[in-house]
Amino acid sequence: MKYYTYYPGCSAEATAVGLGISVEAIAKPLDMELIELEGWTCCGSTPYGSLDELESIVVAARNLALAEQTGLDLVTPCSSCFITLYQADIKLKDHPQLMAQINEALAVANLEYHGSVRVRHLTEVLVNDITPEVITTKVKRPLNGLKVAPYYGCQLVRPDYGFDDPEFPQSLDRLVECLGAKAVPFPLKNRCCGGSLIIPEEDLALGLIRKLLDNAVENGAQCIVTPCPLCQTNLDAYQSRVNSKFKTHYNVPVLFITQLIGLALGIDPKSLGLNTNIVSPSEVLDYIYNYINYITTH
Amino acid sequence: MKSLVEEVAATPGGENIRACIQCGVCTGTCPMAGEMEYPPRKIIALIRAGMRDEVLSSSSMWYCLSCYMCTVRCPRGVKPTELAHALESLATEHRFKIKRTRTPAMYRSFVNSIRGNGRVHELGMMVRYYLSIMPDLLANPLATIKMLPLGLKLLLHKRMPLLPKKVEGKEELSKIIQKFREVRGAQ
Repeated sequence: MKYYTYYPGCSAEATAVGLGISVEAIAKPLDMELIELEGWTCCGSTPYGSLDELESIVVAARNLALAEQTGLDLVTPCSSCFITLYQADIKLKDHPQLMAQINEALAVANLEYHGSVRVRHLTEVLVNDITPEVITTKVKRPLNGLKVAPYYGCQLVRPDYGFDDPEFPQSLDRLVECLGAKAVPFPLKNRCCGGSLIIPEEDLALGLIRKLLDNAVENGAQCIVTPCPLCQTNLDAYQSRVNSKFKTHYNVPVLFITQLIGLALGIDPKSLGLNTNIVSPSEVLDYIYNYINYITTH
Repeated sequence: MKSLVEEVAATPGGENIRACIQCGVCTGTCPMAGEMEYPPRKIIALIRAGMRDEVLSSSSMWYCLSCYMCTVRCPRGVKPTELAHALESLATEHRFKIKRTRTPAMYRSFVNSIRGNGRVHELGMMVRYYLSIMPDLLANPLATIKMLPLGLKLLLHKRMPLLPKKVEGKEELSKIIQKFREVRGAQ
């Protein structure tokens, strides 16, 4: 059993609830003990950093200080929380004067940050600690060569954590393939989905989402998988908006990588939060559960 | 009086601006460059030319998606993504009114939701956001109504909690932020 301090992030409890549910469902079967960070608050977030960079680092620092007390690596499944916490940690270490100021503020809550937390993305933990080689031995229901477009998004691999190539990432492909699925070529796999600009600049973001859907479908994908809550929401919830804007007919299920892993581990769809996916994943489930029937009728 | 380039270089994220060689890889890489009046290469040139009002009142940096592709490709380590965040912070600090984009209004609603709840409560954030752009919405009621099915879908799929969660660390976070503002103000 491997132990981690777990930071779900706000969206894993709301717009991306399927992520939170599926992470918890696969942890034990993969010998991970995820201990939720007590008293966690917002990570600091990109919008906060845009309006007030220093104050957003304070918000991140409180979580880092709490995590430091646990002595375990801090793991989050959210790409945006990951980059915020990771970069706040670096900035604090690079700017001792800022660290001192922030520690003065943290002191009102008897907290102090020393800069020793290792911030990690869950995907990186699955690849480097749990490893695809071990995950494959735990597969109870191989995915029969299901064609999957692995979508990395941006902040899992950029700017540069040394974990995967920022331009041609492979880690998610490896996770997909160790489950018995086939990772299809997906040239846009690390291009942006529009992020939070989907709210204030919807038309621009829909154009980006359309390109991604098009690229995945063109390469034969039966579904898209991603680790990122915002990417999943944009590609899944906004797919019908893309269709009405561009007069297209996309109907591609978008799963969290943790949901796909859970299916291969033999966990039932509801326990993976698949009922919260907006584009129905029923074809994917049909392919996995009734394979013989599926290939003879399609 | 500090020059604009000094001001930017002193803002976290803007430190490397002087290293830019105006090669334009950032602009060539940026998925939003076509929407910006001053794409990344150009805005760096404007900063170095000292055109403060043009830069800080511009909507350009507010189109940054934080995809970090420019940061990965910049041959000089300028980190244009961080630079965009620094410019947004400066524009906010000096209360520049940004036209053409609703992004600053959305960011403010988002941050106020965090300051109020300790975590983001999406529905609360959206309500704040819609209230802040009300004149705009009333001018285009049809586009607003078209958003309802999406909200409903999220709600029916249990992805839009109506009430914010009770967050244990909320008061503590407020106290820390308050203290930080004092410490920062004193220096």
